[in-house]
Amino acid sequence: MAVMHRSMAILLTLIQLVTLCSLLPSSLAFASGSTDGYAINGRVKIPGFSLKGSGLAAKASNVKVILNSGQRVTFLRPDGYFSFHDVPAGTHLIEVSAIGYFFSPVRVDVSARNPGKVQAALTENRRSLSELVLEPLRDEQYYEMREPFSVMSLVKSPMGLMVGFMVVVMFLMPKLVENMDPEEIRKAQEEMRSQGVPSLSSLLPGAQRSN
Amino acid sequence: MAIRAFLLCIILFSSSYTSFALYEDQVGLMDWHQQYIGKVKKAVFQTQKAGRKRVVVSTEENAIAALDLRHGEIFWRQILGVNDVIDEIDIALGKYVVTLSSGGSVLRAWNLPDGQMVWESFLLGSKPSRSLLLTPTNFGADKDNVILAYGNGCLHAVSSIDGDILWKKELAENGIDIQHLVHPEESDTIYALGIGEASKFEAYVINARNGELLKHSSKGFPGGFSGDLSLPTSEKAVVLDSSESSLVSVSFVGGEIKFQEFQVSDLQGYSGEAVLLPSKLAGMVAIKINRSLLLVKLKDEGTLEVVDTVPHVEAVSDSLSFAEGQTAFGLIQQDGGKIQLSVKSSNDWKSHFLKESIEFDQQRGLVHKVFINNYVRTDRTYGFRALIVMEDHSLLLLQQGAVVWNREDALASIIDVTTSELPIQKDGVSVAKVEHNLFEWLKGHLLKLKATLMLATPDDVAAVQRIRLQSAEKSKMTRDHNGFRKLLIVLTRAGKLFALHTGDGRIVWSRLLNAFHKSGTCESPRGIKLHQWQVPHHHALDENPSVLVVGTCGHNSDAFGILSFVDAYKGEELNYLAPVHSITQVIPLPFTDSTEQRLHLIIDAEGYGHLYPRTPEAVDIFQKELGNIYWYSVDINNNLLKGHVVKKNCKEEIADDYCFESSDLWSVIFPSDSEKIIATSTRKLSEVVHTQAKVNADQDVLYKYISKNLLFLATVTPKAMGDIGSVTPEDSWLFVYLVDTITGRVLLRMSHHGCQGPVHAVFSENWVVYHYFNLRAHRYEMSVVEIYDQSRADNKDVLKLVLGKHNLSAPVSSYSRPEIMTKSQSYFFTHSVKAVAVTSTAKGITSKQLLIGTIGDQVLALDKRFLDPRRTLNPTQAEKEEGIMPLTDTLPIMPQAFVTHALKVEGLRSIIAIPAKLESTTLIFAHGVDLFFTRLAPSKTYDSLTDDFNYALLLLTIVALVISIFVTWIWSERKDLQEKWR
Repeated sequence: MAVMHRSMAILLTLIQLVTLCSLLPSSLAFASGSTDGYAINGRVKIPGFSLKGSGLAAKASNVKVILNSGQRVTFLRPDGYFSFHDVPAGTHLIEVSAIGYFFSPVRVDVSARNPGKVQAALTENRRSLSELVLEPLRDEQYYEMREPFSVMSLVKSPMGLMVGFMVVVMFLMPKLVENMDPEEIRKAQEEMRSQGVPSLSSLLPGAQRSN
Repeated sequence: MAIRAFLLCIILFSSSYTSFALYEDQVGLMDWHQQYIGKVKKAVFQTQKAGRKRVVVSTEENAIAALDLRHGEIFWRQILGVNDVIDEIDIALGKYVVTLSSGGSVLRAWNLPDGQMVWESFLLGSKPSRSLLLTPTNFGADKDNVILAYGNGCLHAVSSIDGDILWKKELAENGIDIQHLVHPEESDTIYALGIGEASKFEAYVINARNGELLKHSSKGFPGGFSGDLSLPTSEKAVVLDSSESSLVSVSFVGGEIKFQEFQVSDLQGYSGEAVLLPSKLAGMVAIKINRSLLLVKLKDEGTLEVVDTVPHVEAVSDSLSFAEGQTAFGLIQQDGGKIQLSVKSSNDWKSHFLKESIEFDQQRGLVHKVFINNYVRTDRTYGFRALIVMEDHSLLLLQQGAVVWNREDALASIIDVTTSELPIQKDGVSVAKVEHNLFEWLKGHLLKLKATLMLATPDDVAAVQRIRLQSAEKSKMTRDHNGFRKLLIVLTRAGKLFALHTGDGRIVWSRLLNAFHKSGTCESPRGIKLHQWQVPHHHALDENPSVLVVGTCGHNSDAFGILSFVDAYKGEELNYLAPVHSITQVIPLPFTDSTEQRLHLIIDAEGYGHLYPRTPEAVDIFQKELGNIYWYSVDINNNLLKGHVVKKNCKEEIADDYCFESSDLWSVIFPSDSEKIIATSTRKLSEVVHTQAKVNADQDVLYKYISKNLLFLATVTPKAMGDIGSVTPEDSWLFVYLVDTITGRVLLRMSHHGCQGPVHAVFSENWVVYHYFNLRAHRYEMSVVEIYDQSRADNKDVLKLVLGKHNLSAPVSSYSRPEIMTKSQSYFFTHSVKAVAVTSTAKGITSKQLLIGTIGDQVLALDKRFLDPRRTLNPTQAEKEEGIMPLTDTLPIMPQAFVTHALKVEGLRSIIAIPAKLESTTLIFAHGVDLFFTRLAPSKTYDSLTDDFNYALLLLTIVALVISIFVTWIWSERKDLQEKWR
């Protein structure tokens, strides 16, 4: 009886194994067939910093790749590659968010007829990409640069211009006066004396008595 | 000569810069940024052989973070997408954090030291199932790098080095719910255990090397099971039977299933529901009945024995194995304001490693989760630390009987924000020793001056920066002249209310509202809105301001409501009403009673209005205005827009004096087969408009159509409801409407062909700006619509004005049906948008900026001038003078215009603009998982000196001037004298 049982058990397991073996490939095919999606694979390339670099690694880990305005979000691998799986056929939008860089969103066409064929184009400047390698259009500088201290900036400021004008008057006017006819100067001086000299002292309190 | 020298001095000192954006050294002067993670779901400690002791957590905000165990700071943090819920987290190889997310379909590994993603694997499966993660620590020598992940009905073995899928095996046949993956030590097999149909216990035995199914056995249990399996050892599972009165231990070694049933007498005496806790305790199972915990020990021979019953247990940790094969687990008992942490040995029940009682802040509610970890003390004994997650979402580390640190992670899930003014500074009340003495003040300014003149040493620069950042002025607890200091009152998903100081973002008070505690009457309370209830400024100055918190008990619209009134200065809950009638809408009315409490009308699901505060005085005020109170409702499910008016008191038999009936005035029905409502927007009630007139460059006057009752509404065709990529441009239409909510009159209908949502709109003054997706260009677009009042357009005639034949003083009424004119223009915008807001100032004189929260979690300030429908390709000279820009197809994104500069407000949800008292300035608060606050001056600070203004320079200039005056005076006196002697 025991032998019978054992052989039965063996038979059963055999049958099970056979059915499983026949099931296995079909189930795999089913898994890949059931998903009507395709994969989008791409790469983000940021010149100037290596994604493996130690100092800027923190920066690289802050890059996010966003599909269809937040429907899916993924991150970069150390080599800069990213992928979205199970994306239905259609036209999608990929955005890259990285502090310090401006990336154009990318229009990605996933074709249903040629499975796996992916077409991409930058939406900002309508440039089409032969392969999905995303590079920043420009760096973003979030802070106003403090200009280094320079004499020119001082001179250019309204205060500087005012002062400059005054300097011109003070240093050049006497020169101009020197070139004038001595007769005319005397006449003008006479005139001024008769009116009283508009000197600085007359503007100050206590200066009246000296006149 | 003196004059010349003096002039040179002036040249040197007149070094004033004009600032347009933020300089790098100004960061932190008027802004603050706080990082949070959300309520912790799972925690894994990493303390062995690591220099920096850390704990890795996954949270309900889909964040993974490594926290410093000493201070609770964030080492690194990654926030996954909104739909990418983290199911499991573990550490593999001692250097990677492994997360399983999106229902078990995405497996990612993160570098433990810095949070860089190392690899990512997509695990495909056929049907949704629970997701499990197993990182075996001691496989055979060559197999120690395998991670087993179960999700979507498939078991995957993934290499932990590069994320390659080694093998996969489909397991979810016939609706089997796989609940555990077990890897017995020193073996090559894996068990997948679950419960199948008709209470069958199912066990799969799988070869760990190649995924080969060695055996699948299943056996039914006549009594049936209830609840989930618990796994005290790697050989036996324990489950409750369907009557919840006996435990069944299941042995599954080698795929041979054997049941052993045990009547548990302690279980029969209780009335409450018995739940088998999912905690993994070595050799034990824990059953929770009411608030008591029944601990049952599983003996080697498979028999069960009740060890103990512990009362008031809130949380149990998983067991932790440490040296010499000892295992321990933590228990939290909570009674009133005290919590007791005990760490027990699972081998010897009588002994315990630790028993600590900690006095506790009642404001944190109950303990929800506990995670324990051990460390070696200096005397070589073992100490334990516990990480606990509280009801208010905060995270605390307990060690040696004290709270080492805590994180207020409720702030990662803010629902609503309102503000409150701070108390007025009273004479005789010393505000603090914050004011510097004059000498220090001058010293600070001299340092600043040195920095300006580039004479400062790096030490000086650091000192200047410190002085600026620590300016005590900004964090005072009193009202300031400019209105920069306020309290931000925020309501969080945990039902906890916080008051944050706008100066430095610190928490002034916090309160877990009684009304939001889980109780019998209300099973899942949640907050909805926050309203200013009492804002005393005239005749109730002695009263503290208060806020109204509105919540609901459930997720249905007819669930009971919760109302709570909280003092904004002290954070005390003054009163609460729960449960009350259902709440669908809260309408703050423009009336206040004698104590300056604002009248609120709360509309319930049946359309009745309930008046608050419940005083006869309020009813008197309200009765006078009866018939003038209109409201509208948007029913997104039925595509219906309805206008209502409050008519009369409810019938006596239904309710009290404070209930009012309303009747429908009008309705707009959108045919659901062609249009679906996706967005609405109205003007902010508190918005102030300075002038109705807008003068053109050619001396023409345009009158803005300003009405508080305008509603912007956007609909799309049903096909365009889906995501981008699911619809073709031909099938997709976007319609926008402007509707008067008093009369139901549609003022404008515009269509955008080939466009779809999501639509984000903002309404201010007489314009709406909305953001949507253009499928044809495959870019985002922003459109602006401006509305002008044509009926007032002929008021330009001066003669008419003089003769008084104008209608400028005619009241604006929705019933007057004025002729309106709209202008509109569209532009491309680069980014996706998460939130849009507009700046608002005290008097509405300052020009406006749009605040756009981009998909990259930054906030961009964009001048409204860029969204002006009068922009043309070649503006005339007059138009240029008026400030109209040449038309471009894209809105410019200048990096300096990012309000958040180089920071991110992770998980951005909303942006709020609060007017300051100073007209030029508005306060901006953006919240998501992070918080960010700053001050913004859309037209520069024209009405005050900037913080950078150098008083020392001014003082020095004045001193120099005075000296030079005296010098020149003496000099000219002397010259005068010489003249006279001549």
